[in-house]
Amino acid sequence: MKDDTTAAIVADRRVPMPRRPFFWIIALVIAAFATVPAVGNNVELRESLLLATVYITLASNLNLMLGYAGYINFGSIVFFGLGGYIGVYLISAHNWPLAAAELAAGVAVSLLALVFGLGILRLRGAYFALATIGINEAVEAFVSNFQPWGGSAGLYLPTTIFAPLGGPMRALWVIYFLLVGVMGLSLYLAYAVKISKFGLGLMAIGQNEDAALVLGVPAPRYKALAYSMSAFLPAIAGGLYFFKSAFIQPSDAFDLGLSTEAMVIVMLGGRGTVTGAAIGAYLYEELRGWLLTSESFSNFQLVVSGALLLLIVLFVPGGLMGWIYGRWPRTKAVLE
Amino acid sequence: MRKLCLLAAIAAFFAGPAAAAGDQTLTIGMTLSQTGSLNIDSLAQVRGSELWRDQVNDAGGIKVGDQRYKIRFVTYDDQSQGGRVQQLYTRLIVQDKAQFLFGPYSSGLSATAAVITEQYGRPMLIAGGAEPKTYTLGNKYLVQVITSADHYLTGAIDALASKNAHAKVALVYSDDPFSKAVAIAAREHAKKSGLSIVLDESYAPATTDFSPIINKIISSSAEALLGGGHYTDGATLARQVHDQKADLKFVSLLVAPDSPEFASLGPAAFGVTVPSQWEIQATYKPQFGPTGAEFVKAFQDKFKVPPDYHSASGYQAGIILQHAIEQAQSIDADKVVAALNAMDVTTFFGRFKIAADAAHHGLQIAHEMVLAQWQKKNGQLEREVVWPTSAQTAGLLYPLH
Amino acid sequence: MLGIVAAIIDGVLIGSVYGLAAMGLTLIWGVMNVVNLTHGAAIVAGMFALYLLTAAIGLPPYATLPVILVGGFLVGVALYWIAVHRMVDRAHLMSLLSTFAVNLVVIGLGTAVLGTGLFNVPVTLPSVTWQRYTFSGTHILAAALTALIAGLLYLFLYRTRPGKAVRAVANNREAAELCGIPTTRVLSFAFGLGVALAGAAGMLIATMFPFTVLSGDAYQLKSFVVTALGGLGNPAGALLGGVALGLIEGFAAQVMPVSWTLVIEFVLFVAVLLLFPRGVFALRRA
Repeated sequence: MKDDTTAAIVADRRVPMPRRPFFWIIALVIAAFATVPAVGNNVELRESLLLATVYITLASNLNLMLGYAGYINFGSIVFFGLGGYIGVYLISAHNWPLAAAELAAGVAVSLLALVFGLGILRLRGAYFALATIGINEAVEAFVSNFQPWGGSAGLYLPTTIFAPLGGPMRALWVIYFLLVGVMGLSLYLAYAVKISKFGLGLMAIGQNEDAALVLGVPAPRYKALAYSMSAFLPAIAGGLYFFKSAFIQPSDAFDLGLSTEAMVIVMLGGRGTVTGAAIGAYLYEELRGWLLTSESFSNFQLVVSGALLLLIVLFVPGGLMGWIYGRWPRTKAVLE
Repeated sequence: MRKLCLLAAIAAFFAGPAAAAGDQTLTIGMTLSQTGSLNIDSLAQVRGSELWRDQVNDAGGIKVGDQRYKIRFVTYDDQSQGGRVQQLYTRLIVQDKAQFLFGPYSSGLSATAAVITEQYGRPMLIAGGAEPKTYTLGNKYLVQVITSADHYLTGAIDALASKNAHAKVALVYSDDPFSKAVAIAAREHAKKSGLSIVLDESYAPATTDFSPIINKIISSSAEALLGGGHYTDGATLARQVHDQKADLKFVSLLVAPDSPEFASLGPAAFGVTVPSQWEIQATYKPQFGPTGAEFVKAFQDKFKVPPDYHSASGYQAGIILQHAIEQAQSIDADKVVAALNAMDVTTFFGRFKIAADAAHHGLQIAHEMVLAQWQKKNGQLEREVVWPTSAQTAGLLYPLH
Repeated sequence: MLGIVAAIIDGVLIGSVYGLAAMGLTLIWGVMNVVNLTHGAAIVAGMFALYLLTAAIGLPPYATLPVILVGGFLVGVALYWIAVHRMVDRAHLMSLLSTFAVNLVVIGLGTAVLGTGLFNVPVTLPSVTWQRYTFSGTHILAAALTALIAGLLYLFLYRTRPGKAVRAVANNREAAELCGIPTTRVLSFAFGLGVALAGAAGMLIATMFPFTVLSGDAYQLKSFVVTALGGLGNPAGALLGGVALGLIEGFAAQVMPVSWTLVIEFVLFVAVLLLFPRGVFALRRA
């Protein structure tokens, strides 16, 4: 993070959110997501935007740890998967209504993250990164053996679950809007943290943790809080996503590939910026979707993701937003 | 002038599809696992469907009233993973305007795809998903053409029990929806038949090192091994069981031994039995469509390899759909589904009849499986049908050691 | 009872090869503080090198080992200059991401060119049978070759000048630089060595088990677990850690359902990271 950005934050920390232009930019994005597909009843657009909202949610929340505090959470998908399982389980085995189940999933996973976090956040750098992979794999292996959750065969939801939402067709729209809501909350959360004292503390940790400690930043508490926070919305997103699929199995829920895509997105867009996570996710999702269905390229998406990431890391470590800030310094004030 | 050209272009763009409506094409959408662990089996299934498509198109298309519909496939790669299956099937329906769908390969992927059929009201013929649970979740548009998972090991257990009424069985299977469903039914049936299960464990589908579990099989003094999963793990398990000299008297593995590739295991393949949806030697008398021999010849001519039951089931999906459309004399989804619900027919693949009640809609209830075994014929490894005795082409070799 | 002993012996044999794989990872990590996420790809490359050399050129399987060691070394040095050189002093994040990116590209190309089907290299060796249990000849030879390579590595690091230079750079890079050691060359050398070891491990694994382009991930994860057990930068620890992991896997599989071994492995991994940051087998360092 550059010094002048920090200075800017310090300078106008006291300006409340609704008076900041970026607040309204986010609102505009949410409105666009909600209205554009609805207007034409454009189902295909909705499906691809739905995946985009999931990516944006994952990336924004990952940003809290990766972008602000500089902690690499390779296994962040574990929150998404656990949220999915808890949500689907409560609905299928205990007939909870959708909203209650997803909220419960979010809370449960955040608490679990707090517990895991208190353990592994004592580790630094690469050790922490590896520990997050270890946790994801351990949870996946455990869930594969856990019979009440269907073990490796997974959990199925009967089509009747869509009835309270007005049938399968309407339910898809409802879930989409809910996911847009979750995405919006993620963007606002990332933004609110960024301009708060808490966020300042996280960024200090990201720059030099020991110095931050010396200066009085309560690092362990802040890190644990950030880690737990970064679990809440992805868990809800997971719950909604797997509800829509009406089926969840361990290999889909704890797919490390998705975690790593979220990381590529954060780096692609610009680490530590809210816009970066959003634009990066959207662009990446479109690119990936196109590659997957394109005749000549469907085998190449990994190569393209990898090459992109390598180029960014080597030559443009600030990502897309870093480049934009460099060329048009005035945008820094508006696009965070 | 420019504006006029632009307007004309736009008008043509919108008029285009309308003019094309006179073109009679029936679009069928599906995903196949071009990459990933399910690749071999998925490819075999799609090839069967492609053979059907080409034969229909060569004959001029499906006749409905005085219109003829040519078949067009649209396929995407699902990479053997459930993640994109829903998005891809939605795309097939919404963008590619598929009127009918074929399911992907494997029960796990079929389950994910099934939800889409309910949401959009498109019939889906499932040739590669045996797990019965998918059909108990309340659907109106799923049609299973193959026997469901709970019947897979029934024949093998009956065959084993006929040779050794109290055999000790090791049930070792892959941790995936299909194999688990098979194992649950096998457990029940084995107990009822008087066999004792001395080892009952699952392994991760991506396992390549089976030595710990084979050691356990040896320690348990099991005489028979039942289980496996799909091609990659099944073939590896068969090879390592042989290499570690487990010296079992009877081996029955799911899916893998039915692929022609399995012969490449050489001595490790000898004697292995496989529950099969269909074998080349099957002698069903078809009410429509080709006979078994005609199908085998056509497949061999086109793809230069003999078909296995995955290819046969892919082909079956095609001719069943065709027959239903011809019966209904319509391509309307609900009319075709009504025809499918009422069908009770026999083709080269065997009998076809699905449950039509809401609780089990789509579950295949008439098709039967056979047990095939790799035996030596004139020095070459070939599969013979060994069970049921009414359909056998050779006797069961028992014990193997 | 006998079954458990047999499982433990087999576990130790296979575990030593895990240790070989991890040696490469831990060497690179210890010398330049870079976690090499192309490690999995290097292992898979070794597997495919065995396959291609035996199928295309008809080399006897074990004769490919020196070829793979040398080839792996050269590839490793090249990789260092492409993706790692600029990252060495930056935050961990950057080197993790750059090696990770290269991994994606390599595996992606591999998938596009070779598909994701199963490949098998048939290697027949006489096996050893004890009671009712058989130990495959390939497992025994793989363990023996691992011991040989580990021994050679030890001799190199402790008895030759370049080896001592590597240890010096691992210990304290600035001091080594001040002593006139060409640290950049040493770093690239060490990276090459690490990749060579990974490739060799891949080759040995391929003589034992079938593999696909995607098999690298599982072995990379095992290498992490072993590295955690053995301590960073500690090749001897890595070997011991590998054997320990193999032992645990073999034993655990006998006393509980096999599907639980993965859970044990990963819980162990996280536990070791938390409780033994220096590794369980770390030697006392000044």
